[in-house]
Amino acid sequence: MGIIRTKDLVYEYVRRDEEGNVEGFTTAVDKVDLDVQPGEFIAILGHNGSGKSTLAKHINAILSPTEGSVWVDGMDTSQEEHIWDIRQRAGMVFQNPDNQIIGQVVEEDVGFGPENMGVPTKEIWERVEESLKAVGMYEYRRHSPNKLSGGQKQRVSIAGVLAMHPKCIVLDEPTAMLDPKGRREVIRAVRALNQVEGITVVLITHYMEETIHADRVFVMDSGRIAMEGTPRQVFSQVERLQELRLDVPQVTLLAHELRKKGIGLPEGILTVEELADALAGSR
Amino acid sequence: MLRDITLGQYYQTESVIHRLDPRVKLGGTLLYIISLFFFRNFLGYGVAAVFLATVIGLSHVPFRFIVKGMKAIVFLLLITVTFNLFLTPGTELVSVWKLTITVEGLRTAATMAIRLTMLIIGSSLMTLTTTPNNLTDGMESMMKPLKAFRVPVHEVAMIMSIALRFIPILLEETDKIMKAQIARGADFETGNIVRRAKALVPLLVPLFISAFRRANDLAMAMEARCYRGGEGRTKMKPLIYQRRDRLGYLCIFAYLAIGITVGRLRL
Amino acid sequence: MSIILDHVSYIYGEDGPLAVKALDDVSLQIPDGQFVGIIGHTGSGKSTLVQHMNGLLKATSGHIYFNGEDIYDRDFPMKKLRSRVGLVFQYPEHQLFEIDVFSDVCFGPKNLGMDKKEAELKAFDALRKVGMPMELYYQSPFELSGGQKRRAAIAGVLAMAPEVLILDEPTAGLDPKGREEILQQIKELQAQTGMTILLVSHSMEDVAEYVDRIVVMNKGKVMYDGAPKEVFAHYKELEEVGLAAPQVTYILHALKDRGFDVDVNATTTAEAVDTVLHALGRAPEAFRP
Repeated sequence: MGIIRTKDLVYEYVRRDEEGNVEGFTTAVDKVDLDVQPGEFIAILGHNGSGKSTLAKHINAILSPTEGSVWVDGMDTSQEEHIWDIRQRAGMVFQNPDNQIIGQVVEEDVGFGPENMGVPTKEIWERVEESLKAVGMYEYRRHSPNKLSGGQKQRVSIAGVLAMHPKCIVLDEPTAMLDPKGRREVIRAVRALNQVEGITVVLITHYMEETIHADRVFVMDSGRIAMEGTPRQVFSQVERLQELRLDVPQVTLLAHELRKKGIGLPEGILTVEELADALAGSR
Repeated sequence: MLRDITLGQYYQTESVIHRLDPRVKLGGTLLYIISLFFFRNFLGYGVAAVFLATVIGLSHVPFRFIVKGMKAIVFLLLITVTFNLFLTPGTELVSVWKLTITVEGLRTAATMAIRLTMLIIGSSLMTLTTTPNNLTDGMESMMKPLKAFRVPVHEVAMIMSIALRFIPILLEETDKIMKAQIARGADFETGNIVRRAKALVPLLVPLFISAFRRANDLAMAMEARCYRGGEGRTKMKPLIYQRRDRLGYLCIFAYLAIGITVGRLRL
Repeated sequence: MSIILDHVSYIYGEDGPLAVKALDDVSLQIPDGQFVGIIGHTGSGKSTLVQHMNGLLKATSGHIYFNGEDIYDRDFPMKKLRSRVGLVFQYPEHQLFEIDVFSDVCFGPKNLGMDKKEAELKAFDALRKVGMPMELYYQSPFELSGGQKRRAAIAGVLAMAPEVLILDEPTAGLDPKGREEILQQIKELQAQTGMTILLVSHSMEDVAEYVDRIVVMNKGKVMYDGAPKEVFAHYKELEEVGLAAPQVTYILHALKDRGFDVDVNATTTAEAVDTVLHALGRAPEAFRP
């Protein structure tokens, strides 16, 4: 069994009008089955309101399923007694860099999780040091978070989760509020966690180019998984992606347009080099 | 415009006062403030002044910087002095029109001015040499006995440290909201009090909505990182008394002994 | 009719120890009716720059002329300038506060001293111009989607009938489809009204398809200023300062390196398709349906 598994996961919430009367139910997640293997890098794509963030919050037991089940490392998230073990094993990084840093000094923020877990003082310092080094923020350990850039703040948040020694990390649109430079920094740090530390990564985003290094990509739409496969398999279906309100990288789009015009190119081209080489080969 | 407000500012430098355990500084400041109310003669304030000057010297915080922070309370000081000067009954010294200055009035006014100035310099010296974090840690540790009376000491300390972290963020946000509304023709600076109060609505509504949103996000982030109150929590930076801290306590008690002995002499 | 910046510099915290030169000797001329993209990463000075144009920030040195008048002249009507040069900030959450969208949009015109009827007319007009669906006019602005909030915020400024509209990162936080919709709406607005529009962004790809001119800001200075094609020709230098040219630029340069005879100046996907087909010896027109 995988490290994260969901079966027939449904999450509904009640809509109320101004007087508090029930207006109806919205199904944010609708019968989702997911099975993530240890060490995998999974990306979940979808436009705003597709249900991807709601799904993510189930993995950290912030939300509890209306129907179906979620297991993290074999533990059922709906069982109250597992909640803290689950949160330690499946760390979570959120979208807004300002609203998740608790400490007034970088190193103290990274130490917050281990403090809550009751880790001895000496070990907290060791964990803080190794986590900050892993995301390349060690030299900023004495800085105030307010003075950091968005990308740096998100890396501190990742270090904060890493210091809890999780088995997997769920990142809920960690780059949505960053500029291109910050986005690159964060994605680089996430890939390093997966490849160097072997941590299972679930990356939620609406930027397709951030997912090309994932092992598997899931595309969500109105609470369901609409597409699933390797990045190449998913990105080869340009029209379907556009229907799902997603932005296809220009290189993939260009390759797709050229194919339509009868140029012999393979499906699902992801990088500039790939396209240039393929075109050079087709001549 | 709002960023000029400096609340409990910290002055970054290296000094023995900065390194002291926050509990020593908190306790010391408290005792020092109490001592100011015990003196019966000006000699006592002289001792306190020497003590304060020594601490300022050791702290490496420029005196100019401390005085700059005093500007905000000059007004308060003037009011206190004026009231005491004119409204204390006693032996008449000078009388102009309906205003009378008495010997007692002069004495009380002078005492008040000295007391208030030294009180504020002393307490601002504490915040200038202690990081807000250290301060909350110190408070939490000193208030621990109150736990027996069901005072949520840990929670209060946590609230304080979160507030300190978010004050600069919210100030910056207020600035941005103000600009956004000024760009829509809002006017925060003219008109009478009612008009000005009304003008604040477009500022306060977005600010409150944002603050609640942040609080919600933060609570979720804290829970996701296994925060469940003070029980079973360890500390990354536990407070442990060093030799210099014991020395610090000794100095404070020495000051108290000398100050009160001298200060209560009937001259 | 134009905005002219003449050697404008701006220093944050001038007398403090942490003085930062946010703008460093910037000279620019924005003629009437132009659609300009102002690009730079966070901290490049792009937001500081546009806040000078409607007088929210005052330059430490230099002059700014609006329609030939120095805005720092003592008798220059600064409050009026703010309605003539409309500035929409990055987050709509920073300005929406009324009980419904329509009242919120009326806030600006009312502040300008218009009577209720006139303000409402302006608000209707503005909401229509930003493509806000009629059924949302009387909804709470806080319950709108990200894209609709953005529209409400833009309408709130547009209702003051400015001659120049400045949009600071209008697409931040939106998903790709939402981004495209907003940019398309702005483009339409520009075509309809012919007003001067300045679009502040950190994404070259976002603005390349829409604007006439790009001003690249870096460390408080104007780094490049010209038509998109001219600016993207410096794609290597842009990369060094943390900005990327559109992906198409990289593809075309990679093809050029491999001996293809492509036009590296193409910036949009459609242009790139044409030039690649041309380089492959196929007339692009023949393939058009």
